[in-house]
Amino acid sequence: MAARGCGGVWCRVLQRGPGGSCSASRPRRAVACNARGGAVPLGQSGLAPWAAVVGLEIHAQITSNSKLFSGSQVQFAAPPNSLVSFFDASLPGTLPVLNRRCVEATVMTGLALNCTINKKSLFDRKHYFYADLPAGYQITQQRVPIAVNGSLSYSLCKDNKMSQMVTKTVRIKQIQLEQDSGKSLHDDARSQTLIDLNRAGVGLMEVVMEPDMCCGEEAAAAVRELQLILQTLGSSQAIMAEGQLRVDANISVHHPGEPYGVRTEVKNINSIRFLAKAVDYEIQRQIKELENGGTVLNETRAFDSKLGCTVPMRDKEGKQDYRFMPEPNLPPLILYDAKSLPANVNHQQVVNIDWIHERLPDLPSVKRAKLVELYGILPEHSFTLVNEDGLMDFFEDVVKQTQMKPKKVIGWILSDLLSHLKQHSLTAKESPISSFLLADLLNLLENGDISSSAAKQVFEELWKGEGKTPLEIVKEKQLELIQDQEELEQICQAVIDEREKEVMAIKGGNEKVINKLIGLVRKATRGRANPLLVKQILEKKLSE
Amino acid sequence: MLKGYISPYNATVVQKLLDGGAVLLGKTNLDEFAMGSGSTDGVFGPVRNPWSYSRQYKEKIVPRSDSEPENSNWVITGGSSGGSAAAVSAFTCFAALGSDTGGSTRNPAAHCGVVGLKPTYGLISRHGLIPLVNSMDVPGILTRCVDDAAVVLGSLAGHDPKDSTTVQDIFQPFALPSLTDVSKLSIGIPKEYHAPGLSSEILAVWSKAADLFKNAGAKVVEVSLPHTHYSIVCYHVLCTAEVASNMARFDGLEYGHRSDMNKSTESMYAATRREGFSDVVRGRILSGNYFLLKQNYEDYFVKAQKVRRLIANDFVKVFGSGVDILLTPTTLSDAVPYVEFIKEDNRTRSTQDDILTQAANMAGLPAVNVPTALSGRGLPIGLQFIGRSFQEKQLLTVAKWFEKQEMKYLLCIQILQISGYTHHQKDEFQTSSGERC
Repeated sequence: MAARGCGGVWCRVLQRGPGGSCSASRPRRAVACNARGGAVPLGQSGLAPWAAVVGLEIHAQITSNSKLFSGSQVQFAAPPNSLVSFFDASLPGTLPVLNRRCVEATVMTGLALNCTINKKSLFDRKHYFYADLPAGYQITQQRVPIAVNGSLSYSLCKDNKMSQMVTKTVRIKQIQLEQDSGKSLHDDARSQTLIDLNRAGVGLMEVVMEPDMCCGEEAAAAVRELQLILQTLGSSQAIMAEGQLRVDANISVHHPGEPYGVRTEVKNINSIRFLAKAVDYEIQRQIKELENGGTVLNETRAFDSKLGCTVPMRDKEGKQDYRFMPEPNLPPLILYDAKSLPANVNHQQVVNIDWIHERLPDLPSVKRAKLVELYGILPEHSFTLVNEDGLMDFFEDVVKQTQMKPKKVIGWILSDLLSHLKQHSLTAKESPISSFLLADLLNLLENGDISSSAAKQVFEELWKGEGKTPLEIVKEKQLELIQDQEELEQICQAVIDEREKEVMAIKGGNEKVINKLIGLVRKATRGRANPLLVKQILEKKLSE
Repeated sequence: MLKGYISPYNATVVQKLLDGGAVLLGKTNLDEFAMGSGSTDGVFGPVRNPWSYSRQYKEKIVPRSDSEPENSNWVITGGSSGGSAAAVSAFTCFAALGSDTGGSTRNPAAHCGVVGLKPTYGLISRHGLIPLVNSMDVPGILTRCVDDAAVVLGSLAGHDPKDSTTVQDIFQPFALPSLTDVSKLSIGIPKEYHAPGLSSEILAVWSKAADLFKNAGAKVVEVSLPHTHYSIVCYHVLCTAEVASNMARFDGLEYGHRSDMNKSTESMYAATRREGFSDVVRGRILSGNYFLLKQNYEDYFVKAQKVRRLIANDFVKVFGSGVDILLTPTTLSDAVPYVEFIKEDNRTRSTQDDILTQAANMAGLPAVNVPTALSGRGLPIGLQFIGRSFQEKQLLTVAKWFEKQEMKYLLCIQILQISGYTHHQKDEFQTSSGERC
């Protein structure tokens, strides 16, 4: 199918690569969407435009010492079946007891997502048979979940330019508390399945996002923002690689103005990057299917990260009936606020919403706003600072220790430091250059002891992590700025004398050429000349 | 299904008894997974009522024919906690624990001539009680007299953090006062408990008991619990639904019987459950799953919950009108011979036999069977008292007073003679060594 061109729209236009249903080479989306997720008519090839809707179901593992309904420990990568209580193994006669910390974590998350917290919520049983579900049912909240009707704001770069960020909102349908299942490992060689129940019963918050998103980029940005919020709150560590954050995407396509199409569910997405890919692939697949006269099945598909495509998973035909039933062993969960809190109550037994609200930390959006206000940096800069683990703290530490203005510091953080970190897959906390050393370096620059190009050289040296201070490196490599005016003048004169052609050009009115001369001086001084001063000297000499 | 399974932990009620110095003598037989009203559908075989071998019964029995072996007339204990009732009745132990979901403690108590107490739902912990219907189950207490029941209750009741449905209030164990003046009492006689099939004998005993109270100065009034006759149907829906859910964990994977079928997980599950469950259990699971299907949920499950609310409200209204205790029969008749009982299937029997006891479970109220008289066939007949929520003290005080009036009957129990048991076959049989007391 021909690519759909479109001009000036919010998302990047993508074109399907030639050949193969799973071709991922420079894919481009065949659809565009505006701020509200509606389609923008794409006129070019004459075919009817498509709009996609993407909804997400996100399971976040709650950070707690013990599981949701039993006292066994929560720990990643423990020996198999070493964290299983009688209740987790579904031994007959065991009963669930609700973990207070899990409730608090979910209330925090609900408040951070602007939800209404239901003061009374209920637990239900969702029945299905699977080896990793010992009781044959999962305890969840289907009828009345703990939080409803919230929203999440996230930012996207328009046209891939950082300087043009747009804010979008996705509605949060609900957040519910539920149990995680165990893990099953299929050993096809021996025709057996191995079950590890360590994870069975761990508390999960399921966050349901309405289909307000229209493409992979939006879905990825929304999930990233949610991840940051959860990590800031501490309610979940939300590390996708460790299974603490799992995302299932519900995707359908339709023509604008017509009802929504049949949706598929895409699972097995292990990173935010893959989420964007999976969503975009599935949108294209559905469009292609429909344009070829086929239909989209209401099915569950898995994302194959190696091939970059979605493949059918289990059959959702005849839709499994989960036979929901109220959980009779758990009374309704009652939450209180300052007004409704009864007197003479045992504080160990109640959760006070207002108390939790007062203690919420600054959310990422607030942090960003504060950074912009406090330091005068640009919004997109604050976005990156908050987005990269530990970078904001690093930045603030440097600012504290240097006289250089934050607006200038940010450049060093975002281009020099960050690019090096990314290259070596390090986080700010793992940086071989500490905030102290960087501040030290920036002070030298600020004081005029070295030029900025010299500073960059020092930076590279510091990165090696050999324990030298900036000053030591400067001395060692003789990078100090030449302070002697006369010496500078001599060098400038030498360059002028050599470069007759350029001098003529400058005198002839082409002022830009002076930059070339400045560059030559810099080369001659091995970066030890203050460019401003050099410019002054050159200009003075040339005007004589 | 639980063949060879030994629980790695003690139920709270068991632990409390052990902590209190009780000596655990053994475990008793019951209907499989507490489903049944005869204690005849257990893996170990049916339970025989010790009264089958009593002098009283043997004197009254009319042999059907000369060719019949002497022992074919033995009667059932009722159920589902028949083994526990038989153990207490035969003087093998001081007390026994049962469970009560639809009458499973009170029914065998009536048939075996012992006190069977169903406490208020939420008073005693269910941690360790294999659930039948989580919202109705309670651990039951079987003893030979009401004072003993109060003693056992005293060590079992109270909040358990491991059971979220137990109430937080602090429970104070009590000694039962010896009531002499009943003039301040109001006894309610619910007319709906004059159920179809109620034997004339029991009706007479019930009537006599009501007169006893009246003559002693209590106020005895006829009351109405209009939704009583819906309780069995309602119970069937809710019970089977919860059973289907509670039995889902028995898959052979973590514990218990596992089938040798290993072609796939699904086939292993299916074979395990087919092999491990009796027909009765499987029947209830299938019904329950039907009621829980999305298209049926509103019509059956939710409707039944609404009817349950009405049944519970009947009691609230009656107790709110000044009635302190309700007096009703416990069973429709005395214990039937085993050969008669098995002529109908488990479900039919349960439907018939639960009718007088079930509503108390629906409403979560405390109820107790007090042995009252011997039937024309020499078998025990009991009457039931139903009290207000968490008013066990009042309930048992009245029951104790009533028990005292029946002193003559108690003497009868004490000279119960169990004989002829050596002629029994290989079936396991809950009784003592036939000591006279």
